[in-house]
Amino acid sequence: MAEIRAEMVANVWKVLVAEGDDVSDGDTLVILESMKMEIPILAEDAGTVGQLKVAEGDVVQEGDLIAVIE
Amino acid sequence: MGVSRVLVANRGEIAVRIIRACRSLGLQTVAAVSDADRESMAAHMADRVVCIGPARSTESYLNVGALVVAAQGTGADALHPGYGFLAESAELAVACAVFGITFVGPSPEHIRQLGNKLEAREMVRNLGVPTLPGSRKVHTIEEAKARAAEIGYPILFKAASGGGGRGIKTVSEPGALPATFEMASAEARAAFGDDTLYVERYVPDARHIEVQVLGDRFGHAVHLGERDCSLQRRYQKVVEEAPAACVPPAVREEIRVAGATVAAKLGYESAGTIEFIYDQDSERFYFLEMNTRIQVEHPVTEMLTGLDLVGLQLAIADGGTLPVSQSDVVFQGHAIECRVTAESTEDGFRPSPGRITDWEPPRAPGVRVDTHCYPGYVVPPFYDSLLAKLIVHGADRAEALARMREALASFVVRGVDTTIPFLRDLLNDPDFEAGNVNTRWIEEKKLGRA
Repeated sequence: MAEIRAEMVANVWKVLVAEGDDVSDGDTLVILESMKMEIPILAEDAGTVGQLKVAEGDVVQEGDLIAVIE
Repeated sequence: MGVSRVLVANRGEIAVRIIRACRSLGLQTVAAVSDADRESMAAHMADRVVCIGPARSTESYLNVGALVVAAQGTGADALHPGYGFLAESAELAVACAVFGITFVGPSPEHIRQLGNKLEAREMVRNLGVPTLPGSRKVHTIEEAKARAAEIGYPILFKAASGGGGRGIKTVSEPGALPATFEMASAEARAAFGDDTLYVERYVPDARHIEVQVLGDRFGHAVHLGERDCSLQRRYQKVVEEAPAACVPPAVREEIRVAGATVAAKLGYESAGTIEFIYDQDSERFYFLEMNTRIQVEHPVTEMLTGLDLVGLQLAIADGGTLPVSQSDVVFQGHAIECRVTAESTEDGFRPSPGRITDWEPPRAPGVRVDTHCYPGYVVPPFYDSLLAKLIVHGADRAEALARMREALASFVVRGVDTTIPFLRDLLNDPDFEAGNVNTRWIEEKKLGRA
């Protein structure tokens, strides 16, 4: 199980997966936006999206949980 | 006429800059802020504050209706749009006119015409100013190939509705054209909702030289000299200086006159900037585009001429006559500006929003810092990453360089990562000192990307 957390304050610009989706290592899960830059958040392992804690338009703080890959 | 209260329709350092200019003219100010900027320096400084919407700029700083309502509700009789956001929106300028609010900028017609890059190029070419060889809109690969062959390689694809450097792609030879065409139109569609492209000659060894102009509604126009903004990263300016010491003086004078000619012949009102590409091989220059607003880097020109450009914009918008003629404009010494942004340069220029714990900008003779930051300020993630503009003035380029190095060395920021270490490295580079740079220098020589 891998927890994916935000590395910085950012807006959630796009959510590209849903809970239950199978993902591969390197797949883009979510695209954050901070200071006009897009920051893709990638899966670091293959697995299933167990939890998805963000929705488009949310603001995440540094350390906030974005998703759990099981 | 008679402007007395100005709505500041922007944020960050330029909102602070506009408020200072208003104060020195005895004008009242209203800061239009998003939810995220309620604790901003502009909000603290302004006489009144009005919230125009949520943090997201599409619902606040880019909302024409909210700004006009804010101006009316607070009794503001003028609106200054700053740069970025709606600064070059003809729609905002028209809305202001409809509701009897003085828009601090040029006419809606000039904003519209000059904002359309293809139309602007045609207008300027008709005034006898050199423009880059380029096409009208191209819709197919075959059309693009034919135009590129006429213009000559290397060429650039640019998005017809584009800006900010997005959607620009280079093609060095015909074989690479089809794939690049597809990529550029896909990017243009994603970024601007319009995949139309045009073709332009690409100048590999180029400097970006721009001319500051001012005009009034009575047909007076002057140039305030040029700025060299060749140090760029991803088409965003990083360091700007004036005068453009690396361009031969005779050519420099020609560029200045070309800029003044454009402003005068168009009957342009307010501050504007005419951007040129200078080809270092052929020593020729070409009109690129005109920006119909105050520029980020306007302090470089202020340091050189002693003029208050934002103050002059306000005076002109209020129906005043341009108080300077060309012979009154005197250029003294050399000025350099560095843009300090909240990015981690060691980590691929990753954005670095958050709380600034320590903020100690340099203080010294000939040093100016335009900023909205203070100790404890939380840099929000919603907007661009500019924290401060550090501007120095010296008797000559060598003195200005020395002052900038010293200013960068003593600039302390903690809590967020900044580009200060990167700027220190740039300013100490022998190539930069010698003037051996072009618009690709940062990406190719400093960051090692071809």
